Amino acid sequence: MVDPRLEVIGRRLSKVDRVLAVASGKGGVGKSVISSTLALALSGMGRRVGLLDLDLTGPSTHLILGVDGLRPIEDKGIIPPRVHGLSYMSVVLFSPEEPIPLRGVDISNAIVELLAITRWKDLDYLIVDMPPGIGDEVLDVIRLMDSSYFLLVSTPSPLAQETVRKLLLLLLELKAPILGVVENMAMETTEGVKRSLEELGVTYLGAIGYDPELDEALGHMDKLMRTKFAMDVVKLAEEVERRIHQKIRS
Amino acid sequence: MHEWALAEGVISTALRVAIEEGLEEITEIVVMVGELQQVDRDAFLFALEQLRTQAMRRARFTIEPIPARLRCRVCGEEWFFKREALDVDEAEAVHFLPEMAHVFIKCPICGSPDFEISEGRGVWLASVRGVRMVG
Ligand SMILES: [Zn+2]
Repeated sequence: MVDPRLEVIGRRLSKVDRVLAVASGKGGVGKSVISSTLALALSGMGRRVGLLDLDLTGPSTHLILGVDGLRPIEDKGIIPPRVHGLSYMSVVLFSPEEPIPLRGVDISNAIVELLAITRWKDLDYLIVDMPPGIGDEVLDVIRLMDSSYFLLVSTPSPLAQETVRKLLLLLLELKAPILGVVENMAMETTEGVKRSLEELGVTYLGAIGYDPELDEALGHMDKLMRTKFAMDVVKLAEEVERRIHQKIRS
Repeated sequence: MHEWALAEGVISTALRVAIEEGLEEITEIVVMVGELQQVDRDAFLFALEQLRTQAMRRARFTIEPIPARLRCRVCGEEWFFKREALDVDEAEAVHFLPEMAHVFIKCPICGSPDFEISEGRGVWLASVRGVRMVG
């Protein structure tokens, strides 16, 4: 007995150059805002970018992007709709308003199904907004999208750092490629964070400052991309490009 | 589940199984489809016909639907999924993503959305029969 859906997933992703899974050990560190803004920043640099919201029970990228009333486009599967220049996929396409109560096995099944039906076209980057934590989604992404690079989001908070460290240990153990860690809501590089990453052999990708004007700009593209936060994310995007090219060469 | 995605998966999995088992021609492909997948049988057969390869030119496609049995995790009630219980939009959402059933379906006894799908979720390639290569 073979699950034929698994066979399609590789083909669905065959035109995607690289998958970037944006993850964090815990919630509330700004992971979804960073994924969405990073996708927009890379797109602004002329890259072809997709954004996949895998936070199935708490999707939020549609709120950050300010999109509403999106419907799936059916053509031998689902074509991700275009949103501000991005190819976009989220469960909100199927259920905009209602909460989706899912347990682990359902989450895995839903991820398999989403990856099997979504027809991504040629992309330089597919950014995946992962749900917080070390759960089924992280393991599924490693299992099903096995060439994904992980980009982790931390904050200067010791709690965030500790959970990111645990996630890093898991990823290292699973031999998942790690692009590095970005520190959000930081005014400057936290030296301790940088050092503990170096001990693990993980790259520190830089700091993104706390921006009190960010919340107000969410959902409004013109405002969002003019925030100081977005300027920092553009720098992150440039760093991501540099690191990816280094990794490909080495 | 979307019929094309499913058909593509079935065809390429069947070809892989045929190679593994040394079949030079495939004569029958049996697929079990959980009813919760909301697969349209005709659309699925059409997609399979379109994707049929040389190695399976005479193969018969057999589709076995498996009724979707649901079990409430709160009160233990068991019941079968009925398509008629959903309106058009809901049925479409479940068709694209079967887990959406958890949004639209509640336990008929206690009203909880916390139920498990004990049977009839997923798709399985049950068997690939064919003619073995000689020698
Ligand atoms: Zn019940």
